[in-house]
Amino acid sequence: MKREPSEIIKVGIADLNVVKSPKLIRTMGLGSCVGVVLFDKVNSIAGLAHIMLPDSSLANKDSLNHAKYADTAIPKLMTKLAEAGARISSLQAKMAGGAQMFQFQSASDTIRIGPRNVEAIKQQLILKNIPLISEEVGGNKGRTIEFDPKTCELMIRTVNQGTKVI
Amino acid sequence: MDYINSITNKHIDILKEVGNIGAGHSATALSMLINKKINMTVPNVEIVSFNELMEWLGGSEVVIASVYLRIKGDVSGSLFFVLSIEQAERFIKQLIADDHFSLINSTEHELGLSAFQELGNILTGSYLSSLSDLTGTNLYPSVPSLSIDMFGAVISHGLIELSHVSDYAIIIDTVIKEEDHFEVDTVKGHFFLLPDPESFKKLFEALGVTDET
Repeated sequence: MKREPSEIIKVGIADLNVVKSPKLIRTMGLGSCVGVVLFDKVNSIAGLAHIMLPDSSLANKDSLNHAKYADTAIPKLMTKLAEAGARISSLQAKMAGGAQMFQFQSASDTIRIGPRNVEAIKQQLILKNIPLISEEVGGNKGRTIEFDPKTCELMIRTVNQGTKVI
Repeated sequence: MDYINSITNKHIDILKEVGNIGAGHSATALSMLINKKINMTVPNVEIVSFNELMEWLGGSEVVIASVYLRIKGDVSGSLFFVLSIEQAERFIKQLIADDHFSLINSTEHELGLSAFQELGNILTGSYLSSLSDLTGTNLYPSVPSLSIDMFGAVISHGLIELSHVSDYAIIIDTVIKEEDHFEVDTVKGHFFLLPDPESFKKLFEALGVTDET
């Protein structure tokens, strides 16, 4: 079914947002960043965060952008979901991203940022007791993802490998 | 945010000169490589939010061919050479003298990809060496790496270092163009230089701007 663009909420880099069915939520051009979706299946509410970095501990606390870091984005997203009427106790998660866009010989922290983002998000999900239903992470390809709170399907589009749903 | 707030018009002019010198040498190198005349535009230097940068080429999903390297040494940052798929194919066809080359299904065309990688090596290398000469600083590039993918996914890699301290980037964008080609919108190669925050002070000092206003 073709949808009107107004029904799709777009989430930018280092940003997060929440939607209710029948709207969809989308973020584009994930590289080493990870798109994590938390959703309440019963109430058809979902939140999506486009996370850039694993850890906010070294960040300037005065102007902290909570959506940028795994350890602050997940709690912030949960708060927004609760405000929108989601049941926190029944939240589930899906995620995609965390690629390594460029191949280098040295394994510096910057290069490994994708896998580190994935690990940090998983830690947060365990901490918050949110089950991770499915994931499509790693590799060396960019991803655009779109989530439908009604079907709870996460659509993942890549340049060379087409579209898949998890 | 500190370094962003202290950027003046004078600083922007200096950064334009950085883009000018860097891309100028690359344009010369490219011109010799493919034996055609190459033009370049006045560099565009802007302070942009990450989201503005993701949309810089018209959308974060635009598929591009890019060569990326990290700069280390006195000044650090990220340098990208970005082409549209059509333009990359045009260059590669000329380099390997094969009219059938296509970047889609590129796994079967190792020679073409290798040629594009080499093109990127030469152009980013000449950009950096002229930057190093201009500033009198020591710059050590990483081995350039190739990616053909969504622009947002590629360019966000250059934001990782910045993102630890800021939500804004200073982009130095210089376009080189092949002359005698009429599809003006598609035939562009961009150099994107994204210096790390701590590099601006060194860059400005090296170029003789010391006032702290």
